[in-house]
Amino acid sequence: MGSNNMAVTYEPIATYTIPSAQSSYTFSSVSTAYTDLVLIGNMAAGSTNFDIQVGNGSADTGTNYSSVRLYGNGSAAGSDRQFNNSTGIMGNIGNSTTVPTNFMIYFQNYKNTSIFKTFLTRFNDSGAIAFSITGLWRSTSAINTIKIYSTSGSNIPAGSTFTIYGILAA
Amino acid sequence: MLNNIAALFTDGAPPAPTAAFESIQTATVGAGGSSSVSFTSIPSTYKHLQIRGIARNTAAGTASDYILLKINSDTGANYAFHWLYGTGTAAGATASTSRSNLPIGTCWQTSALANSFSSVVCDLLDYSNTNKYKTTRARGGGDTNNASYQEANFMSGLWMNTNAISQIDISSSSGNLAQYSSFALYGVK
Repeated sequence: MGSNNMAVTYEPIATYTIPSAQSSYTFSSVSTAYTDLVLIGNMAAGSTNFDIQVGNGSADTGTNYSSVRLYGNGSAAGSDRQFNNSTGIMGNIGNSTTVPTNFMIYFQNYKNTSIFKTFLTRFNDSGAIAFSITGLWRSTSAINTIKIYSTSGSNIPAGSTFTIYGILAA
Repeated sequence: MLNNIAALFTDGAPPAPTAAFESIQTATVGAGGSSSVSFTSIPSTYKHLQIRGIARNTAAGTASDYILLKINSDTGANYAFHWLYGTGTAAGATASTSRSNLPIGTCWQTSALANSFSSVVCDLLDYSNTNKYKTTRARGGGDTNNASYQEANFMSGLWMNTNAISQIDISSSSGNLAQYSSFALYGVK
C-alpha cells in the first residue's frame, strides 16, 4: 500500500474563532470515529479563569471531575489537586490583559464506555507558570461535548481560537 | 518526485497529500489481563514514533507502578530515565540508571478507584538512526478523585543502543496489564 493510501490518523474535526466576546463555547456532537481527541486553544488576552466541562449530549455540571497539577513558576516546582470538582482542568487558563495563553488537552480513549475518562493538559499561565495537569471525569459515557467557559463568569475574548483534532488508531 | 510531476499531467490533479502521522499498530488488553503487549516488525520508514496509551494493572493494592518498555527484546542494563512528578501535595524528581527496562509512565493497582486509568503519550525520537542512542520523552499521569494515589508527570528516557527500534514490549512493573489497557503506536514522518 502506498503512503498516499494510508488512513488519515490525525485530522481536524472542528475549529472556531470567537467573533465577539461571549460567555462560553461548546463543541457539540463531536464525532466518535476516533480513538483520542486533542483540543488546542489560544485564549486571547483578557481571558480569566477558563476551564472545561465535558459530557455526552450536554456538558456535565456535576461534581464529577478531579485533577492533579504539576507546575513550575521559574523558581520552584509544586503540585496541588482538586477533587469532587465541577470543572475538568482546575481553572486558571488565561489571567492577563495583555498576554494570550495557549493550551492543549489530550482526551485519551474518549469513547470507551468501560472506563472513566482521563485527560492530559498542558498550558502556560500568563503569570509565567508552566502547568501539566492530569484530569479525570468520573463517567463511562463517551465524550461528545466539550464546553469552554470561565469559572469566574467572564467572557471569552474575541479572537480566541479552539480546534479539535481526532486521532484514529489502527 | 517524478511520479508526482507525471501525475499532474495524467489526471490533471495534484497527488494526494502524504499523511505525516500514521497509525502503525494497536494493542488492547482483554479480559483476564496480559503480562505485556508488543509492537513487532516496526517499519523504519518514519522519523519518530509515538505511543499513546491508557493503563492500570492487576497487582493487589492501591499504589502506583510503572508502565515499562523493553526495546528490541533487550533485557540488559541499558536503560536510564528521569522522572518529574506532582502528587497533588508535592513535586518531586528522581532518576535511575543501568535499568533493564524503561519507565514511560505510571499505572494504578487493582484497588485504586475503579474504572480510572492512567494515560501516557510517549515519543521515541529518531528511532531508526543507527548513529546514536535512542531517547524518549513522555507525559502522563492519572487521577483517582483523591481515593488513592494520583500524579501528573514527565519522564525522559535513554536506551543505550544504536540499533534501529523494531520491537517494543510494554508491561507493568507489578502484576499484569489489566483489561481495557490499550496502547497505540503511531509513526511521524
